[in-house]
Amino acid sequence: MTILVGIKRAVDYNVRIRVKSDGSGVETDGVKMSINPFDEIALEEALRLKEAGKTDEVVVVSIGSNDVQQQLRTGLAMGADRAIQVDTADELQPLTVARIFKALAERENAQIVFLGKQAIDDDGNQVGQMTAALWGRPQATFASKVEVDDGTATVTREVDAGLETIEIDLPAVITSDLRLNEPRFVKLPDIMKAKRKPLDVVSLDELGGHAGNAPEAGHHAPPAPRGGGIMVADTSALVAELKNRGLV
Amino acid sequence: MSKILILAEHDGATLNPGTAKAVSCARAIAEHGGADIDVLVLGDNVDAVAAEAAAINGVSTVLATSAPHLAAPLAANHGPELAAAADGYTHVLAPSSTYGKDVLPHAAALLGVNAVSDVMAVDGARQFKRPIYAGNAIVDVTVPEGLMIAGTSRSASWPAAGDGGSATVQAREAASAPAAHTRYVGVEGSGGDRPDLQTANVVISGGRALGSAEAFDIVYQLADQLGAAVGASRAAVDAGYVPNDMQVGQTGKIIAPDLYFAFGISGAIQHLTGIKDAGTIVAVNKDADAPIFEVADIGLVGDLFSVIPELEQQLS
Ligand SMILES: Cc1cc2nc3c(=O)[nH]c(=O)nc-3n(C[C@H](O)[C@H](O)[C@H](O)COP(=O)(O)OP(=O)(O)OC[C@H]3O[C@@H](n4cnc5c(N)ncnc54)[C@H](O)[C@@H]3O)c2cc1C
Ligand SMILES: Nc1ncnc2c1ncn2[C@@H]1O[C@H](COP(=O)(O)O)[C@@H](O)[C@H]1O
Repeated sequence: MTILVGIKRAVDYNVRIRVKSDGSGVETDGVKMSINPFDEIALEEALRLKEAGKTDEVVVVSIGSNDVQQQLRTGLAMGADRAIQVDTADELQPLTVARIFKALAERENAQIVFLGKQAIDDDGNQVGQMTAALWGRPQATFASKVEVDDGTATVTREVDAGLETIEIDLPAVITSDLRLNEPRFVKLPDIMKAKRKPLDVVSLDELGGHAGNAPEAGHHAPPAPRGGGIMVADTSALVAELKNRGLV
Repeated sequence: MSKILILAEHDGATLNPGTAKAVSCARAIAEHGGADIDVLVLGDNVDAVAAEAAAINGVSTVLATSAPHLAAPLAANHGPELAAAADGYTHVLAPSSTYGKDVLPHAAALLGVNAVSDVMAVDGARQFKRPIYAGNAIVDVTVPEGLMIAGTSRSASWPAAGDGGSATVQAREAASAPAAHTRYVGVEGSGGDRPDLQTANVVISGGRALGSAEAFDIVYQLADQLGAAVGASRAAVDAGYVPNDMQVGQTGKIIAPDLYFAFGISGAIQHLTGIKDAGTIVAVNKDADAPIFEVADIGLVGDLFSVIPELEQQLS
């Protein structure tokens, strides 16, 4: 069986985000880019399923311009068998991305489409749910534990109320939460090996193209700053301050 | 004029406050040309929850759909049901909880539209503000004419709409077939009778500095003394000091208490995005350079293991 893993190229989570002065977006020039952290976790889980003999093949998919080949190569170095770049220079909406994953899932006969629960740039948290809906297959979002058995998976999900467990038939979409695993580090020899692994490039049109009209992003602004904080010397001063402000 | 459908969140017995917050978001939309606001309750035997929803100020009609396959909050069933119920509406909203985020995008895809996640402000019937990059940028989003608007309302940005409404409750037949491919097993909560993290007026959080599950007891003690809810950083959850549902931040809960205490939390952006809407942030950290002090309203450089007992004593 095949597992498809969606990996998005995103601004590294350690970078301090700056909004461009003209409000047209967020500064990405010369900024460190990485695999979206949730996607790295999804990939790690897929690789562990392969190591446990639950799947034959792990395929990493990234949608974007040639820059995303960098993240795909990292995915291959982590252990994916092959990579697919869906080539487009456009900013994509979740519905278009979901259509692409559905088309690829069908083309590759995937048993699991493993995605991150959210991309830390747009913080959308939509693509996995949309892919499942379009594909007519189960969705197990926010996964913190995945057990795969003979055509089904038991998934523990991190929900507001605690930990929810569901059982789903494969094929299905699973999206990773942070505590699913800790991704491995890439070793240098693996980076060399990854250069020889196959990386296919397909066009967006081949997979159905854009999903049509979508919400348009306009002006970007930095968040309202919190200011005017004070430092107090000790606990008594803290208590006095809290009482002063009528907070306790 | 808009016609807005809000997906109610509940646990089978009571309505989650995120619903009344979504009603506030809908009422902000109504300020731009007017709106009818309806609430959809999905479940099995939803009468009590529907009655609660009918009492929210500003709601016109509550659509109550009871069916055995809707008893569990599965997106595989609730998504198609929401999509079916959305027919004829201009807007479909859900609270930005894990439930809303699971179900709403599913329904949106079936309706052929993208969703606007985490609506934090309304500038027009089709114009919204939402946070991206862990709240480090706020973007204006416009949904083109002719498209249905699907969105989640960022609960920390909206006050709960008050009671006193008297909406009509209307029984609505389920339109979707049960999804055989997904089975609900159960949910395990951390339980306890402390106030709910997402609605508490006071929240006390601990970070990695606590060092162990046992040491976290001092946080619980102070919280109980103040009637506060308890939260934690990701590091504290990852280390197993506390359960996952206590995580505050970009990928945990986004909260807006009147008073927030951060003990031994460094203030990573992913944590800060969860507390930016708090009224007053108090930070106690032994490192004077910890980034948490950049957002704190009241900061104290000190050892939490001495500050917490002192606080307990002086506040008693
Ligand atoms: C994609 C992604 C999503 C994330 N989502 C979240 C999220 O939702 N929520 C979240 O919290 N984090 C999140 N994180 C993690 C985040 O980046 C930080 O790693 C985390 O918040 C750190 O937790 P901490 O402050 O408890 O630990 P640390 O950063 O280790 O800080 C511990 C602090 O305790 C202080 N300290 C130590 N001893 C004492 C003492 N005795 N008294 C007082 N102070 C003391 C130290 O000075 C230090 O500042 C996310 C990360 C990623 C990559
Ligand atoms: N351009 C992309 N390329 C590959 N995967 C993507 C892309 N955009 C989104 N995804 C996947 O969809 C998940 C959720 O994205 P989002 O709904 O935008 O937060 C991500 O964690 C990725 O796994």
